[in-house]
Amino acid sequence: MQKKTKVILNLLLTLMLALFLRWAQGNLDGYKIQILNLIAVNAILALSLNLIYGFTGMFSLGHAGFMAIGAYVSAILIIPTAQKEIMYILEPIIWPFSVLQAPFFVSVLAGGLVAALFGLLIALPVLRLGGDYLGIATLGFAEIIRVIFTNITSVTNGALGLKGIPPYANLGWNYLWCGMTYFIITKILSSNFGNCLKAIRDDEVAAKAMGINTFKCRAISFAVGAFFAGVGGALMGSLITTIDPKMFNFQLTFNILMIVVVGGLGSITGSMVGAVVITVLLEWLRFLEGTMEIGSFVFVGIPGMRMVIFSLVLLLIIIYRREGIIGGYEFSWDSVARLFQKLKGGRVNE
Amino acid sequence: MSFDMLIQHIFNALTLGSLYGLIAIGYTMVYGILRLINFAHGDIFMISAYFVFFLITLLKLPWIVAVILAIAATAFLGVLVDRIAYRPLREAPRISALISAIGVSFFIENICLVLFSGVPKPMPRLNMLVTVIQFGNIRILPLAIFVPIISFLLVAALLWMLYKTPPGLAMRAISEDIEATRLMGVKVDRIIALTFGLGSALAAAAGIMWALRYPQIHPFMGVFPGFKAFIAAVLGGIGSVQGAMIGGLLLGFIEIMIIAFFPELSGYRDAFAFVLLIMILFVKPTGLLGEKLEDKI
Repeated sequence: MQKKTKVILNLLLTLMLALFLRWAQGNLDGYKIQILNLIAVNAILALSLNLIYGFTGMFSLGHAGFMAIGAYVSAILIIPTAQKEIMYILEPIIWPFSVLQAPFFVSVLAGGLVAALFGLLIALPVLRLGGDYLGIATLGFAEIIRVIFTNITSVTNGALGLKGIPPYANLGWNYLWCGMTYFIITKILSSNFGNCLKAIRDDEVAAKAMGINTFKCRAISFAVGAFFAGVGGALMGSLITTIDPKMFNFQLTFNILMIVVVGGLGSITGSMVGAVVITVLLEWLRFLEGTMEIGSFVFVGIPGMRMVIFSLVLLLIIIYRREGIIGGYEFSWDSVARLFQKLKGGRVNE
Repeated sequence: MSFDMLIQHIFNALTLGSLYGLIAIGYTMVYGILRLINFAHGDIFMISAYFVFFLITLLKLPWIVAVILAIAATAFLGVLVDRIAYRPLREAPRISALISAIGVSFFIENICLVLFSGVPKPMPRLNMLVTVIQFGNIRILPLAIFVPIISFLLVAALLWMLYKTPPGLAMRAISEDIEATRLMGVKVDRIIALTFGLGSALAAAAGIMWALRYPQIHPFMGVFPGFKAFIAAVLGGIGSVQGAMIGGLLLGFIEIMIIAFFPELSGYRDAFAFVLLIMILFVKPTGLLGEKLEDKI
């Protein structure tokens, strides 16, 4: 297929998505719009974790930490100054955080950049580690961030968290950021640098022997992943309008890890599909935890039931279908064209 | 700080430290053999407290019987987890088993939440162990003497088993080279199951003593002790049983003493262990007693 056709098809697809979102904004109820929003945010988070783990082979469990950084930075930048003064009741907010203000786009960008900075900072000590040690060290980092955010009351308002974050993160912003994340990460992966990352994932010693500066590549990949995790956190903060340190616990990282594993490690399409499937399931299975009336029966919801099901799904997938639900398949217009030709019964044109 | 206070802090640190040590042994043994961080270990620890609670309050069993039954049941659960969630992944990349372990951990926590609710259950008190004894101005719980003694006895028994009995020899052989051990005719899977059983039994002992010391049982009580015990295992040198115990004691002392001397830092308590972890991994990733092994790091 010619490059020009692909560009046109891509533009068409984007246009269709934009039209759909416009329609959704006007016609769907708030709950459905919220789910659509969450899908976009989760897709950003899953793509960033997939870049770090699925494509570079660094098992990171620190996503909640980066999200916390992004969410707090962005929230402090968009909450109006007067509201900040009222909200910080334990200790007054200190300068310069009390006066800093930025437009939404800039605040999200800032959230991502600060998260990326922290990513680089912790990359120095922890990226020398491999495999599971890296996992536990990054998990430790996320926990440290959470504890610090609980304690620096004059910046983060401590355990009370930030309330009333302006809800700027609508469908437009979320899908714009999601699209940018998708675009940037696929561009990175299809570049030579992306090949270096995959080489490191498959065999680090061999990659080093080929002259790849593995530490630098890993650090950059980690920082880019941290950037988008920060962006995801910032959007999520504005989406649900309330954040507190407790929210950014290991459970949050677990949910994203699950999207990546269910969708398929090292598959961009997988992460997108995984984000849709898991987000919808997470919301849909909420009925298990709420009270329901079926006829004359009152079904009392059981807290924790959702996570029981989700952890079982994760176990089944990791044991029986390690490549994820769509099995490492990547979406491309060529494969769509091949499929059409096959359906028509024509000769497949490579 | 007065001398009396210091003595009390030392006893608190010994209690906490030996409990960390007992849990850490389970991590270190499994890691030594399979190179797997058994994320579910902290939850195994938690569930033993629930076992004792139900055996005592529902079945009205005497303490000693309840404790033995709970330890046996927890050991069985540990073996079961290995059989279901880890054994099918022996040949898979190591991280797959780790993700599986995280899955098991969330499963156990949430199934407990579903079955027993999130409301903390009060551990039945054993008056003999929680009546304060007074030496001059020093007030000590008998538990604070009892816990370290039991812990050291258990570790001594484990070390005897490791170094003087055939299964212990097999365990040490597997941690050197699993394939060669298999070729020598050792039933490797059975020994691994035994390792999980022993580690879980020690975690159960720790869980029961933990619940006596901090008498609130809830589904997430194992999360932080689990992380911290793993850090203790890394601190002591992963793969080494003595190291795990030393690391546990060291971590217990660090946590208690920092807060004793700098009370203003108490809000950061849960972060000490993680800061320590990142520092050790940076300075001496093999830990205090760990041997140099290339593929461990």
